[in-house]
Amino acid sequence: MTAKTLYDKLWEAHVVCDNDDGTSLLYIDRHLVHEVSSPQAFEGMRLAGRDFWRIPATLAVVDHNVPTVHRERIDDPIAKIQLEALARNCRDFGVTLFPLTDRRQGIVHIIGPEQGLTLPGMTVVCGDSHTSTHGALGALGFGIGTSDIEHVMATQCLAMPKSRNMRVRVEGELGPGVGAKDIILALIGEIGTDGGNGHVIEYAGSAIRSLSVEGRMTVCNMSIEAGARAGMVAVDDTTIEYVRGRPYAPEGETLARAESAWRELVSDEGAVFDREVELDAATIEPQVTWGTTPGMVMPVTGRVPDPADESDAGRRRAMTEALAYMDLKPGSRLQDVPLDKVFIGSCTNARIEDLRAAAAVVRGRRVAANIKQALVVPGSGLVKAQAEREGLDRIFIEAGFEWRGAGCSMCLGMNPDRLSEGERCASTSNRNFEGRQGRGGRSHLASPVMVAAAAVHGHFVDPRQEEV
Amino acid sequence: MEPFRAFTGVVAPLDRASVDTDAIIPKQFLKAVTREGLGPFLFDNWRYEDEGELGQDCARRPQNPDFVLNRPRYADAAVLLARENFGCGSSREHAVWALMDAGFRTVIAPSFADIFFANAYKNGLLCIALDEAEVDRLFRAVDEREGYALHVDLAAQALTTPDGERIGFDIQPSIKTRLLEGLDDIALSLQRADAIRAYEARRAREAPWLFPDRVDAGGGEP
Repeated sequence: MTAKTLYDKLWEAHVVCDNDDGTSLLYIDRHLVHEVSSPQAFEGMRLAGRDFWRIPATLAVVDHNVPTVHRERIDDPIAKIQLEALARNCRDFGVTLFPLTDRRQGIVHIIGPEQGLTLPGMTVVCGDSHTSTHGALGALGFGIGTSDIEHVMATQCLAMPKSRNMRVRVEGELGPGVGAKDIILALIGEIGTDGGNGHVIEYAGSAIRSLSVEGRMTVCNMSIEAGARAGMVAVDDTTIEYVRGRPYAPEGETLARAESAWRELVSDEGAVFDREVELDAATIEPQVTWGTTPGMVMPVTGRVPDPADESDAGRRRAMTEALAYMDLKPGSRLQDVPLDKVFIGSCTNARIEDLRAAAAVVRGRRVAANIKQALVVPGSGLVKAQAEREGLDRIFIEAGFEWRGAGCSMCLGMNPDRLSEGERCASTSNRNFEGRQGRGGRSHLASPVMVAAAAVHGHFVDPRQEEV
Repeated sequence: MEPFRAFTGVVAPLDRASVDTDAIIPKQFLKAVTREGLGPFLFDNWRYEDEGELGQDCARRPQNPDFVLNRPRYADAAVLLARENFGCGSSREHAVWALMDAGFRTVIAPSFADIFFANAYKNGLLCIALDEAEVDRLFRAVDEREGYALHVDLAAQALTTPDGERIGFDIQPSIKTRLLEGLDDIALSLQRADAIRAYEARRAREAPWLFPDRVDAGGGEP
């Protein structure tokens, strides 16, 4: 028998049939829906007179548009229409919705795993590119557009060609103050924002194995920033421990059967990958982005690169434009540049572990005077409740942070939380594109530890110098 | 979906790499609940000097004179020329709808991000990947000649320049057929309904935990 990769196994287990044009009909086990990418799909279903193929495979939640304070009212009339459209669509078609008033409401990629709606071995799709997050559980999760959302609603399948296999091995031990976010940012810096195009990435190696499932989700989440639609980690004891006891996870006899099936969700010895990349964990330093793509990243101890040193004309121009937009000078140190805002949240870094790590840095200290706003936005209502039980909310509030309700918040500024023209932000989110967090806003992506330390200093610092 | 027919269209050069979908259609326009009317907001942050809002009359907004697509010579462009990794970032199909609503029917670049590429052909927008040297040559040609137009013939898999030069391109046969015939993907897949049901029956025996009867709405009281 040919040795198979984890992706090969997940793919083959879900092929309904091969079409004669090089695509396969792939069965989708879980479809997660949110308010922004779904209205046109529901409308398409209505116009064609179609019904959902399998309603229990579907769960909807509001996250992108929702305010994170004063949640009893939505001030933005256009956002309100979209939120009401989702509620009406779910009612009409019979889809379960976690509305804003549900304590389980939160960012779609946080609540899927949290609720056990994402299980190892599943295919998981959502109209959101960060669906790659779910791969941390040994699942095949990927983002789709609205046409495909409608396709899944009507058929529970997608017609698509198979991607290529890529493995990223991160071997060795991470240094203190260095975490999952630094691994994925360092990788994107290495292979570029299109390095994973056409591929599914499996993250392997001892440094990945030693991450919690939360950390693995951070890594898989930003696979799309490396160009890969999906990222995944093989199932091990950590995965199975995480899944047990989740509200929608199997129980009893079924769980025992499931667990033995899940144990098979690893790449076989000798499986061949189309591309392999290796990173040495010990050499990864705390990372921070300096430019306008996640690939424009450097160690916090480094200096902003000089376009003059770049030989490729296209890259040189992109760097020059990025530096102009970010208002940074070549050769400068980010540690010398004052920040305006701080954002701890997003599907990349708003799980309980992220909040604990940030709180440990902030405890007993104050947000620096030059920081106009410091937000902590838990990824779900349950993460928020857990953090409050642990007293993390008090630590943040006493330091001068605002403690908010769950949602996508300032990661994409579709809601009231956003940057103003020219504002500079340290953010635990995933995209530093021009205008991403608000028109004219300048985003620096980094880990929760880095962003928390930046909040108390008013600028980035090397978190390894911090006393925690 | 309308079948993709051969056409001749003016080429607009957007000389940037990794044009992300946030740039193609900024976040505030994702609050739309329909597919139509996004064209005026295409590249909104680059195109205008103010911040746009859905439903706004864009004719009255201050335009950024430095943005290439604002030049009158590209007003009727139907082909967009860009650099590598076009359409990276978010999965928002609004990016494709905005491009098409603004009159674009083809994008040419050295490479495309995966999700954007899939969204594009599902709406009848043809993405053509050409090698970097060829794209470079097109950028120079477009710059040199006002009204530079390409004839795009998907059936023949060829572009024809104003000088009659033919540039061939590759495309996956499945995508070519879908575009040319304007096929409804969903109707095609539903022809396999029996296969889907048979798959489900087998899978439900092998892995019953993947087939819960319902996702319960209960348990989430505030």
